[in-house]
Amino acid sequence: MNGAAPDVLIVGGGIVGAACAWECSLGGLKVMVVEADVPGSGATAAGMGHIVAMEDSTPEFHLTRYSQIIWNELVHEMPAGVEYLPCGTLWVAVDEEEMAGARRKQASYLGRGVPAELLDARQLAEAEPSLRSGLVGGLLVPEDSALYPPVAAQWLLTQSGAEVRRGRVVSISDSGAQLEDGTLLTAGIIVNAAGAMSSKLMPGVPVTPRKGHLVITERYPGFLRHQVVELGYLKSAHAAGGDSVALNVQPRATGQVLIGSSRQHGATHKEIDRPILSAMLRRAEEYLPGIMDLVAVRCWTGFRATTPDKLPLIGPWPGTQRVWLATGHEGLGITTGPATGRLVADLILGRTPAIPAQPYLPARCGHA
Amino acid sequence: MSAFDIAVVGAGPAGIAAACRAAENGARVVVIDDNPAPGGQIWRGEKSEPWIERFKRSGAVLERDTAVDERVRQRGAKLILATGARELFLPFPGWTLPGVTGVGGLQALIKSGLAVKGMRVVIAGSGPLLLAAASLARSKGAVVRLVAEQAPGGRVTGFAGALWRHPGKALQGAELILTLIGVRYDAGCFVEEACGEGQVEHVRVRRGERAWEEKCDLLAVGFGLVPNTELAALLGCDLDSGFVRTGDWQQTSVPGVYAAGELTGIGGVEKSLVEGEIAGLAAAGREADAERLFSRRASWKRFAARLQSAFALEPVLKKLAREDTCVCRCEDVPLSELKGRASWREAKLQTRCGMGSCQGRICGAATREILGWGADSVRPPAFPTKVRNLIESKSS
Ligand SMILES: Cc1cc2nc3c(=O)[nH]c(=O)nc-3n(C[C@H](O)[C@H](O)[C@H](O)COP(=O)(O)OP(=O)(O)OC[C@H]3O[C@@H](n4cnc5c(N)ncnc54)[C@H](O)[C@@H]3O)c2cc1C
Ligand SMILES: Cc1cc2nc3c(=O)[nH]c(=O)nc-3n(C[C@H](O)[C@H](O)[C@H](O)COP(=O)(O)OP(=O)(O)OC[C@H]3O[C@@H](n4cnc5c(N)ncnc54)[C@H](O)[C@@H]3O)c2cc1C
Repeated sequence: MNGAAPDVLIVGGGIVGAACAWECSLGGLKVMVVEADVPGSGATAAGMGHIVAMEDSTPEFHLTRYSQIIWNELVHEMPAGVEYLPCGTLWVAVDEEEMAGARRKQASYLGRGVPAELLDARQLAEAEPSLRSGLVGGLLVPEDSALYPPVAAQWLLTQSGAEVRRGRVVSISDSGAQLEDGTLLTAGIIVNAAGAMSSKLMPGVPVTPRKGHLVITERYPGFLRHQVVELGYLKSAHAAGGDSVALNVQPRATGQVLIGSSRQHGATHKEIDRPILSAMLRRAEEYLPGIMDLVAVRCWTGFRATTPDKLPLIGPWPGTQRVWLATGHEGLGITTGPATGRLVADLILGRTPAIPAQPYLPARCGHA
Repeated sequence: MSAFDIAVVGAGPAGIAAACRAAENGARVVVIDDNPAPGGQIWRGEKSEPWIERFKRSGAVLERDTAVDERVRQRGAKLILATGARELFLPFPGWTLPGVTGVGGLQALIKSGLAVKGMRVVIAGSGPLLLAAASLARSKGAVVRLVAEQAPGGRVTGFAGALWRHPGKALQGAELILTLIGVRYDAGCFVEEACGEGQVEHVRVRRGERAWEEKCDLLAVGFGLVPNTELAALLGCDLDSGFVRTGDWQQTSVPGVYAAGELTGIGGVEKSLVEGEIAGLAAAGREADAERLFSRRASWKRFAARLQSAFALEPVLKKLAREDTCVCRCEDVPLSELKGRASWREAKLQTRCGMGSCQGRICGAATREILGWGADSVRPPAFPTKVRNLIESKSS
């Protein structure tokens, strides 16, 4: 044994747990991470790795933009395997209604100090030649990027110097994190960062899994230059209840093309669902007609940790003395991982966070 | 509703035998292969093979499909998997140089027209396939400098004894030996490095303490075979030590799905044929006829076991790769990046090993051998295919 219990025990070594470990260590805390599998092998290995500033609500904007700024500093220290690609996001409009949406979106970004450029039909075709003709225009957000999350998570963990322990936690309470084999790990603070599995360890945590499909192709350098997303994305991605698909296609630093995205509630098995996969690919084809002739090497699925109000849960869990949450990041956890780590460390150390922490506090869930 | 009683995947010996026995008993049979011609690895392009002629008369339908996946289950009321095996590649210094191929690869290249007349060829690795490749190369005018069999001489001689218990094999062996008169066949040695500037020019061969150079234009290596279990895994069939687990009727753990041939255990063409026959008969409801073949199957399985132990790989072959030797060709990952990783999963996530077009079909099998990692998980597509082929067809 190496001495006293850690100040902070983090359950889960995904991007969120790894960022918490990194920031807490930087703050001088003694950290241990307990991970059931290989670090970064959960949603962190399944997600697209799009680092994107979102402006749908102020709290979402604060967290994504703040985190993006932290990412942009971090990536330059990370190994090449992080595959950082400053590709920007290209939001695509199919009709005048969506183009009006693009204008509103641009105003909102500019108003918040984020560069964003409107493209007309011709400029759009020049920016992204693989898009079909007849599109009305788009909005280019150049500071967004793409990266490969598992390598980033591993790097953060290694650099943090935290002890990483292999083990499956079955429950978390004030007395500690109970492992499958009966071991009880204790710490000053225990952070549940188990992603889509976090509610399994603590009944009452309002997190449910939302399944997504992705397809990756062989290398086609030049097929795509930007992460291309339809402006209808938010409408379809967060349609209440039912399953949905949307155009969300990404160029990888390797030259590969990563095709998303789908959302399914209630699906808990990892297997590919052909109908939703087909709908997703047809959606991509509506915008990128050449995509059907690219060669696919692998399809996979992953689970997003969804909360009722679509904001993550970051901070102390009411009704406990030492149990904290860092979970519920839905489809944005790669983007928001670093800021989450920073907030957790700020709150633990009593520092004033750079953005208001209150919107993400689990206390909002009214749990007692 | 499926139009066929039985769908067979793979038109090699096992698939052809299965299709013949089932179709001859009145079943409506479709055989699906990624190649336009039947025959599999061994008989492709051979016109006079009696089983192929029988297959053509059987009434079974042959269909080409390069993107078979788990949806094939809907093609027939019963499904027979006969997807065979591929070559095992073990990385050694120089194995990625142009001019280095697998022994099966060399045979395929020659059959598809590669002119080898006058070329100096070294064939190395293990097993009867080395002889078959040497014989073919020689018959096309190649100068076979050396056949280097890694198994020690004693083990190989023991195997020759086994051939007598299997006259069919012995005959094949004798024919091979005739065409190979004058070819140097050395047991107990192996190629430890292929060297050359942009192309193999010579190889270093080692036997114990002694090593020497052998000049060549082509090096063909064969370390054995790896079963193609991807489709079986996609369908949820249980595996056992890397092979599909089957029962008396060649049935897998998934109801209505059978498996026959190399994917149930490496054993050569006769084992594949008899397993295919049993699967075809059982799937067509002819259990009594199938049962009559059990003793033949048992005998070929014993032969397969002998083959495996005679040509088992010496541990030194798994230690030839150096730190800078490439292990994953698709993603260019050297051994040094893989050593010290806890598992295949970690290696994959951190180094891209196995993430390329071959999806670990080559490096996954190699790392199982040289690093002792567990098996790969399988996701669609079973083989790289156009995005459009992932989409549900409107008819199904
Ligand atoms: C299809 C898809 C696309 C996405 N695209 C993007 C994108 O482009 N941009 C973006 O920002 N986000 C994206 N996301 C979201 C992002 O992937 C997740 O929000 C993020 O990975 C969450 O990280 P995490 O660390 O919370 O969870 P995880 O990575 O799942 O980490 C949780 C860890 O906890 C471990 N664990 C679980 N249970 C236990 C236990 N009982 N004991 C011990 N350890 C345990 C797991 O093994 C895992 O390693 C996408 C998600 C999906 C599914
Ligand atoms: C940005 C990005 C780019 C990517 N690019 C590529 C790419 O180019 N190529 C590529 O191939 N993938 C790529 N991936 C995908 C990625 O490696 C995985 O495919 C992804 O993590 C989804 O995992 P999976 O469900 O396919 O399972 P896998 O990654 O295959 O993991 C499943 C795990 O379960 C284990 N397992 C399976 N069956 C059993 C069993 N019966 N018992 C015990 N354990 C079992 C396996 O050993 C494995 O560890 C990329 C991912 C991202 C995030």
